[in-house]
Amino acid sequence: MSTAAQSAAPLVQLDDVSKFYGNIKALEGVSLEVHAGEITCVLGDNGAGKSTLIKIIAGLHQHDAGTFRIEGEETTLVNPRDALDRGIATVFQDLAVVPLMPVWRNFFLGSEPTRGRGPFRRLDVQYMRETTRSELLRMGIDLRDVDQPIGTLSGGERQCVAIARAVHFGAKVLVLDEPTAALGVKQSGVVLKYVAAARDAGLGVVLITHNPHHAYLVGDRFVLLKRGAMSGSSTKQDTTLDELTRQMAGGSELDELSHELERAPAPAQIGGHTVAPGDDKPSS
Amino acid sequence: MTATAPQAEHDERLIRTSPLRKLMGRPELGSIVGAIAVFLFFSIAADSFLRASSFGTVLYAASTIGIMAVPVALLMIGGEFDLSAGVMVTSSALISSMFSYQMTANVWVGVFVSLLVTLLIGVFNGFMLTRTKLPSFIITLGTFLMLTGLNLGLTKLISGTVSTKGIGDMEGFEAAKAVFASQITIGSVNLKVTILWWFVLIALATWILLRTRAGNWIFAVGGEKDAARATGVPVNKTRIGLYMGVAFAAWVSGQHLLFSYDVVQSGEGVGNELTYIIAAVIGGCLITGGYGSAIGSAVGAFIFGMTSKGIVYAEWNPDWFKFFLGAMLLLATLLNAWVRKRAEARS
Repeated sequence: MSTAAQSAAPLVQLDDVSKFYGNIKALEGVSLEVHAGEITCVLGDNGAGKSTLIKIIAGLHQHDAGTFRIEGEETTLVNPRDALDRGIATVFQDLAVVPLMPVWRNFFLGSEPTRGRGPFRRLDVQYMRETTRSELLRMGIDLRDVDQPIGTLSGGERQCVAIARAVHFGAKVLVLDEPTAALGVKQSGVVLKYVAAARDAGLGVVLITHNPHHAYLVGDRFVLLKRGAMSGSSTKQDTTLDELTRQMAGGSELDELSHELERAPAPAQIGGHTVAPGDDKPSS
Repeated sequence: MTATAPQAEHDERLIRTSPLRKLMGRPELGSIVGAIAVFLFFSIAADSFLRASSFGTVLYAASTIGIMAVPVALLMIGGEFDLSAGVMVTSSALISSMFSYQMTANVWVGVFVSLLVTLLIGVFNGFMLTRTKLPSFIITLGTFLMLTGLNLGLTKLISGTVSTKGIGDMEGFEAAKAVFASQITIGSVNLKVTILWWFVLIALATWILLRTRAGNWIFAVGGEKDAARATGVPVNKTRIGLYMGVAFAAWVSGQHLLFSYDVVQSGEGVGNELTYIIAAVIGGCLITGGYGSAIGSAVGAFIFGMTSKGIVYAEWNPDWFKFFLGAMLLLATLLNAWVRKRAEARS
């Protein structure tokens, strides 16, 4: 794991950020930092405020209190396009891909390169194909055929294409919304590898997850959310997987959970289970 | 994972995608197989079907449907329907005829007014769709009914009868007829100019679909609208553009109608919208959008032409046409589904 040199100002810095929907506190007093070449993990159960946080960073929602700094400069993002222009690319769970379209068409969707002028302005198909292939290869994804419909790829591969697309279009900060949520153990591993590859390429990554195992494998910083508030914040140096899991699960449910984890240590899939049923709220 | 050689032209894991497999992945394949079957069938069933003169007749029948089937196919790839397409052709013809006649203007004036108004109908369809977010089925059904009523009502109000007055002796008629309804004879084959227009439209639509940004957007809008929007595709503009494409083709068809017969019956066109959709579906367009081709729609229209004329050549009762059509639609759709499944379940 690379401990990247701490640059002067973090790429993204939230300080005491809050968000209210009417009289509901969706998010209260959350702080986090994203540095280049580092992965900041946001952990939390369903309804903890992860979606709200991601929407603020992605420019879909605006924060109501606190400060949001991009490279040291205080900002409020107006819309997702604004966020993209500032170098923040968000890969949501639905990935924004069109299943029936070939991989290379999906890769450039909305930003297609063209050649020629006037009525002869056309897609630069060869460049698109080659770039898709080489960009995916750079991320370590060796695709058999960029012409195949993206819907025929596995969930993990699709996730990786979406990440590679964000990287190619010049993202400085990559926000990933539960990239491993619907995946099996092996697929999750593959995706985490590409997340690490994006980090090694110098990007700052925000990884949203409810799986402390996945978070601990790649994360440099950890922010824990619970019921819209920050319940913990730590760096890799001063926490352990056990500690992270403990914080995530919360006191009483822990005995049961640790029992489960003893039987299957490392990255067993606990993603699908509801760890703390009492905390369930309709997710925002 | 096997070792990779990026510089190598062929990936060893691509288990020799045979040209046949590649062909089977094309949306128009099912329709081509169907077209060959229909061709063979009528070649045997009707002696006069294979004559050179029949060829011109079949092509003409195909072109009148095909001109509309091309933009309707594009619209279907974009995930929408246009039920007003059939009567829009009549509206377009009525507008140019009546405007020229009432204003006693050069017919070209009427033709261009008609182009403008028809395009506006297309914009209306698209605008209503993007604004109300209602299904296009409902919106264009509304337009269809309104246009049907307007065609009849306004024609009666202005001309006093259900058809327009003849404009054959008016200024510019001959020139316009040359553009929209002329024909050339090569040997014993009569080729109407609509065939040329049809081929131009197919080529243009194929170019747009496969080689322009707009084409990428059409596939994306029809395939996964939200994903398209999220990646910055102008979803609404694309859809309005597609409806304008249908309107443009309706204008071409309408002018052909007017200049071949010189009068227009105001009740015509009802039911044709389904014909266009059927041609597109036979041609491999997915009814849910995101998949299909312009060439496929042309093959679908060609099947239409062969069947409608083949039945005449076979000296059967033309009442059987609809039955054939229905059977063809089912078979073609099944074949398409089967082919696609086989093509996607590769390696």
